Amino acid sequence: MPKTLFEKIWDAHIVAQEPDSPAVLYIDLHLVHEVTSPQAFTGLRSRGLKVRRPERTVATMDHGIPTTPLDVPIMDQLAAHQIKVLEDNTKEFGVQLYGMHSAHRGIVHVIGPELGLTQPGMTIVCGDSHTSTHGAFGALAFGIGTSEVEMVLATQCLLQRKPKTCEVRVDGQLATGVSSKDIILALIAKIGIGGGTGYVFEYTGSAIRSLTMEQRMTICNMSIEGGARAGMIAPDDATIEYVAGREFSPKGADWDSAVARWRALPSDEGATYDSSIMLDAAALEPMITYGTNPGMGMRITERIPDPAGLGDANQKLALEKALNYMDLRPGQPLLGKKVDVVFIGSCTNSRISDLRLAAGLLKGRKVADGLRVMVVPGSQDVKKQAEQEGLDKVFKEAGAEWREAGCSMCIAMNGDQLQPGQYAVSTSNRNFEGRQGKGGRTFLASPLTAAATALTGAITDVRTLI
Amino acid sequence: MASFTTLTSRQVALPINDIDTDQIIPAQFLKVTDKNGLGQVVFHSWRFLEDGSPNPDFVLNQPVSQGAQILLAGDNFGCGSSREHAPWALTGFGFRAVISTSFADIFRNNALKNGLLPVVVDAPTHQMLFDLAEEAPQATLSIDLPSQTLTLPGGQTVSFPIDGFNKACLLNGTDEIGYVMGFEQDILAFEKGR
Ligand code: SF4
Repeated sequence: MPKTLFEKIWDAHIVAQEPDSPAVLYIDLHLVHEVTSPQAFTGLRSRGLKVRRPERTVATMDHGIPTTPLDVPIMDQLAAHQIKVLEDNTKEFGVQLYGMHSAHRGIVHVIGPELGLTQPGMTIVCGDSHTSTHGAFGALAFGIGTSEVEMVLATQCLLQRKPKTCEVRVDGQLATGVSSKDIILALIAKIGIGGGTGYVFEYTGSAIRSLTMEQRMTICNMSIEGGARAGMIAPDDATIEYVAGREFSPKGADWDSAVARWRALPSDEGATYDSSIMLDAAALEPMITYGTNPGMGMRITERIPDPAGLGDANQKLALEKALNYMDLRPGQPLLGKKVDVVFIGSCTNSRISDLRLAAGLLKGRKVADGLRVMVVPGSQDVKKQAEQEGLDKVFKEAGAEWREAGCSMCIAMNGDQLQPGQYAVSTSNRNFEGRQGKGGRTFLASPLTAAATALTGAITDVRTLI
Repeated sequence: MASFTTLTSRQVALPINDIDTDQIIPAQFLKVTDKNGLGQVVFHSWRFLEDGSPNPDFVLNQPVSQGAQILLAGDNFGCGSSREHAPWALTGFGFRAVISTSFADIFRNNALKNGLLPVVVDAPTHQMLFDLAEEAPQATLSIDLPSQTLTLPGGQTVSFPIDGFNKACLLNGTDEIGYVMGFEQDILAFEKGR
């Protein structure tokens, strides 16, 4: 019977399954970070267990770390303690850690692919919902909670019910100024933030095929914002080319057999999905969110919808509440709306190609007066690469901040945060109330839109600048 | 694992859709290395004013919420991040069940692992419960997991779905890690065979 990409990976990882019970699913790669792992290690210790497969477990620190120069000690005592706990835990249990001063440290979903840890056909989990990012390689990758982190540390397996599958077909060619971030924001605006609940997305179609690996990661990353725990893209030449030659990618004869396996992963002709969604890439424009969840998004040229026009009473209430928090009015355009901060970073858009796009626009220009522009590379490797290309100089000369790698203002745990009432255009993935600092207001957009806004100080359609 | 059989309690109504995990427990409280104390800061941004004092308008700060163990929330509860701190914060406050029309996948898993029962009801029942919360805030609901029923004050019962495996785990307080460790021979064979 023809199988989908998802089914092939799922079936190949079932260790056991009792009747009427979830599958015991083998996990190939377990990524760990400082925020969702301490209680799991504590649990392991209290059971007297070891990490079953330390060689399949890789840790880094990203959420709570400062993005200020590395020689300054961490002032936040709680964050410092949490980082110390991860150092101690990984040492005690023999887990590889890309720590504070490692040249390869970075956001967990940036370094996995960068180091070649992320490979097609794998099952990958992490105590982090944006683990969906790794699905760009044709892996089954999803976020888990801390109890599940403990289970995977202890057994290298996870108990899982088989999710349903949904094909998200994106055909057509993107127009200038429109990027993969706009594809995923448009999808979420269309289906809502619960639209993918219970499903794994497989992105297919000519538009997806034409994207680079980094652009594909941006899309899979935000699958969770559409409610889907995982998003996947079948491996192709671009995937194999990206993985080749990285630190942990297979070498020699192993490489050849791995490639042969990966070539067999794409969904078979005639394989069926439980549901499907279509999107026309050619019709897309740059997107921006106006509300307090990622589904409240629109074309940047549109006006904010009117709650009065919504039939569903709950949705009406939700939109009213969101506009109230954002201090915006129905019918208001967002173009020209002044902002206080532009944040370029996060596991959605902090890779080298994102920084190149932003730098391309900022080169030889200045950011608007009074605007704070933060550029936070996704990893120390991205930072190094950007500095080799002189992008750091472009940002600094334009008046932007060039910082150390980390999650930073995406989650505002490390002191990088909005002040109450401030507006930000952010390349991250969540615009929930207070996500970027209590009382802060977030507009999610692409790196191009963020860079265009950085130049003018107000929300700008990048197509007017290129 | 914490077990669950039956529960009779008042409900606390939060008629807001898409309550995300950042709302349940903001990121600033994720720096803990244990599971304790989060109940005091659950729904922090809504619960406390700028100066740190309790917001009297927020339902959790009102007498009706004291001792209540059932949270009635809008559609799509628990979307967002994978932080298990969300159920830790909810159970830390004293909640043992959340009623909604739907739950985000990761939140539901995390809740079940902490003895916090996600109760899915249909839209008319959902609305009826919100009406009840407004008209009779002191009224109690009963949840019976073995029969998968929710009983309203008038004696009317509605049934709710739950995965059979999860139900058994909750009723027996099954240690899921212990369950998976029981497959050691299968895991070894799987590792050998690849
Ligand atoms: S960058 Fe943001 S979304 Fe990504 S892992 Fe860090 S906190 Fe989570």
